[in-house]
Amino acid sequence: MANLAAVVGIGQTKYTTKRLDVSIAGLVREAAVNALQDADLTWDDIEAVIIGKAPDMFEGVIMPEAYLTDALGCNGKPMLRVHTAGSVGGSTALVAASHVQSGMFKRVLTVSFEKQSESNAMWALSNPQPFSTHLNAGAGGYFAPIIREYMRRSKAPYNVGIKVAVKDRLHGARNPLAHLQKPDITMKEVEDSFMLWDPIRFLESCPSSDGACAMVIANEELAKKSPKPPAWIRGGAMRSEPTTFAGRNEVNPQAGRDCAADVYKQAGITNPRKDLDCAEVYVPFSWYEPMWLENLGFAPVGEGWKLTMEGATSLDEGGDIPWNCSGGVLSSNPIGASGMIRFAEAARQVRGDAGAHQVEGAKLALGHAYGGGAQFFAMWVVGSQKS
Amino acid sequence: MKQIAIVAYQQSDSVSDVGAVNEVELIMPVLARTFKQVGLNNAQDVDFVCSGSCDYLQGAAFAFVAGVDALGAVPPIKESHVEMDAAWALYESILKIRMGQADSALIYGFAKSSPGELPIVLSQQLDPYYLAPLWIDSISMAALQARLMLDQSLITERDMAEVVSRSRRNAMTNPHAQLSGNISVDDLLAQPTYVSPLRKSDCCPISDGASAMIIATVEQAREWGVPYAIISGIDHCIETHNLGMRDLTDSVSTRTAAKRAGMHSGKVDVAELYAPFSHQEIILTRALGLGKETTINPSGGVLAGNLMMASGLSRIGEVFNRIVSGAAQRGIAHATSGPCLQHNMVTVLEKA
Amino acid sequence: MSDEQEVITVINAPVYLKYNFTAGAAPSRFLSQLKKGVLAGQSCPQCAAVYAPPRGSCPACGVPTKEDVVLSDKATVQSFTIVSIPIPNNPIQPPFVIANVVADGANISFIHLLSECVNEDVHIGQRVQAVWKPQEEWTYAMDNIRYFKPIDEPDVPVEKIGKLPVTGWEG
Repeated sequence: MANLAAVVGIGQTKYTTKRLDVSIAGLVREAAVNALQDADLTWDDIEAVIIGKAPDMFEGVIMPEAYLTDALGCNGKPMLRVHTAGSVGGSTALVAASHVQSGMFKRVLTVSFEKQSESNAMWALSNPQPFSTHLNAGAGGYFAPIIREYMRRSKAPYNVGIKVAVKDRLHGARNPLAHLQKPDITMKEVEDSFMLWDPIRFLESCPSSDGACAMVIANEELAKKSPKPPAWIRGGAMRSEPTTFAGRNEVNPQAGRDCAADVYKQAGITNPRKDLDCAEVYVPFSWYEPMWLENLGFAPVGEGWKLTMEGATSLDEGGDIPWNCSGGVLSSNPIGASGMIRFAEAARQVRGDAGAHQVEGAKLALGHAYGGGAQFFAMWVVGSQKS
Repeated sequence: MKQIAIVAYQQSDSVSDVGAVNEVELIMPVLARTFKQVGLNNAQDVDFVCSGSCDYLQGAAFAFVAGVDALGAVPPIKESHVEMDAAWALYESILKIRMGQADSALIYGFAKSSPGELPIVLSQQLDPYYLAPLWIDSISMAALQARLMLDQSLITERDMAEVVSRSRRNAMTNPHAQLSGNISVDDLLAQPTYVSPLRKSDCCPISDGASAMIIATVEQAREWGVPYAIISGIDHCIETHNLGMRDLTDSVSTRTAAKRAGMHSGKVDVAELYAPFSHQEIILTRALGLGKETTINPSGGVLAGNLMMASGLSRIGEVFNRIVSGAAQRGIAHATSGPCLQHNMVTVLEKA
Repeated sequence: MSDEQEVITVINAPVYLKYNFTAGAAPSRFLSQLKKGVLAGQSCPQCAAVYAPPRGSCPACGVPTKEDVVLSDKATVQSFTIVSIPIPNNPIQPPFVIANVVADGANISFIHLLSECVNEDVHIGQRVQAVWKPQEEWTYAMDNIRYFKPIDEPDVPVEKIGKLPVTGWEG
């Protein structure tokens, strides 16, 4: 049986297009120091460090844990580097938690980051491979056809994506760390923005950001001593499926559904919309909100868009299940960190620590990350109570 | 704490260029033999899968994603990946089992090192501001370390050649080895230096290949009814990246990891050490305090074939093989990562 | 030495690495067929699914795909997008359509260009056919097919996309 573990410290950096004021080491250290300070701990209190980031080509540094050990106080300790494509921030948090949940460690530090301004992220995502057609038009080019199929299946009105784009940026305007600060964004502004990969418009897409996110995870005994309320990890799950196979449901991937079912079972959740107080979900293109509302069981298949349109996921509209109060991936996207930011922001909510984007009285929150061709999923549920 | 055992290990031949074989085709035959060793079919029959690989070896981002195509991952599986040697994927899998989310796991590592110029590729693992722009390749780094050893009279060139000679001779009993044969120390010393003071023979070859392992709780191993070896301890430890700030003639982190893994609580019959360069085998042997009672690298070690990203796992597999065959009662396997033995793992295996 | 020396905060450190890329065995067979102007997938010995292009395995079953299955160069649009930003190092001018098309006889889609069409008329279920480059330009690449263009055949119902035989769709 897994030992209990909790998040006792959270640290992030301000997300922005280019952090020209810090090196890669400086970026991760900033988040790590913030997390240690949040937990009122020093480097010596940490027994192991687990880092995560997306492909090394985003910075051009191969296996960067070798270079970063000094910045993260890890010399003489174990260091692990997780890489599961876009879901990596989430799976890194889960692997870090497993260090404590296995009983092998008492308290660990985990950091996920991306300083993608140092390289060329669009190239790295789809660098031309010999013998293949070079038509990769970025991540948006991959997801746009899938979104189009969702629109066809659900018969959703054309502006659902626009509504999500506005909502998440208004949430982001409550979060001083968010990259995109657009408190005056309107539906018209989003609708008029350039159509990049039909049906995805410019303002319906995530930005490209530099940033890092860190957490300190501790066992029950140490969590009880932490100065701020811990976020207890009530469940964690990962699932993967192949990129393509005959009969694959790319719109509503089985791996996502199975992963959610697993984490809900662990956390005792039977009705996610009712049992959870909020969720931080990986939505890099606005239409993924209605799609994931269905995939994660918040709405029946074909009806996710209705929750969005009725304002159920909006903090500003007083929705009953706010999604991405931090502004989400649509407001900040350092790719390797984004998954961990979701997990950390869920933890902030149940610690009552989310500042101006706090959901009042939040007790149970979902953190979600996905990656690859919507094939790798990592999720956790955190709560203000142990069970 | 739950006892965890290794129940299967398979590897491909270590070859200098595997040719027209992509990642999936490299991994699948090894996985098939690994599953067969336990009487399983595919990844649906284990609770967790974790792999180790490095995109830059092949020059394509997300190279590891192709590996998922080899698993039979429909319905979806619990799967993860580390951008490190698969020995660290083993470590992640042990955590998974210890926390109760799995009773068994498949671990695999693979690399096609042949497409790129590996020593140059590895120069980009260094500090991106101060070291990587100098393009110091991995062989040159090791050569600096060997020079330190020689100049401090800690080893001689003959010592290094003896390691190579023994490795090649041991590799003659390893059906997967790339470099094997009888070559005398004098013949080795007669060869010209390559990146001085290293001769080409002091360096591991460039290899393509894959290896895979299945681990499980002892209860599950008994249910499957297959021979197994117990993982009695595992630990890893990293040192500063700054070459000038550590003693390159010693491996403090290996010693620390060995101690924390409980290496010294019994005899060490066999030790498989991941030493890509001959002088590093000597550093590791001394750091671990291994004596005459320990057989070192009976497989020929990494000097006989370096499945980059799988060599660490392969060392563990080689010790496993010798324990279940009865050749050894207890052994250790070492894995390394980073320039000049920066990051080291020690796994202790025992007879059931 | 000037009093106000500029602090260096950025360096350019370009990375040039050379790779000798080999396609796998299964992709090589596929590419060899393409060189002869033939679109051929490979079938899974366990579930019989036909993969084009093949990547070495049936991902669902985790076994190597074996038999070559010659496909038609007619296909159905499974989905698509209209791209308005240029692809680096690709001369094609936006806006252009890239589509996931399933060749008749295959069970998965691949990405390719659509052309000779009105972008706004492209739709899911549309029937298209490959337009090949001149034979003397054929090499080991999907680029032998310049693009797919719409043909005058009835649309394929959504539930049949990805399940058509090599003989295609009559309506």
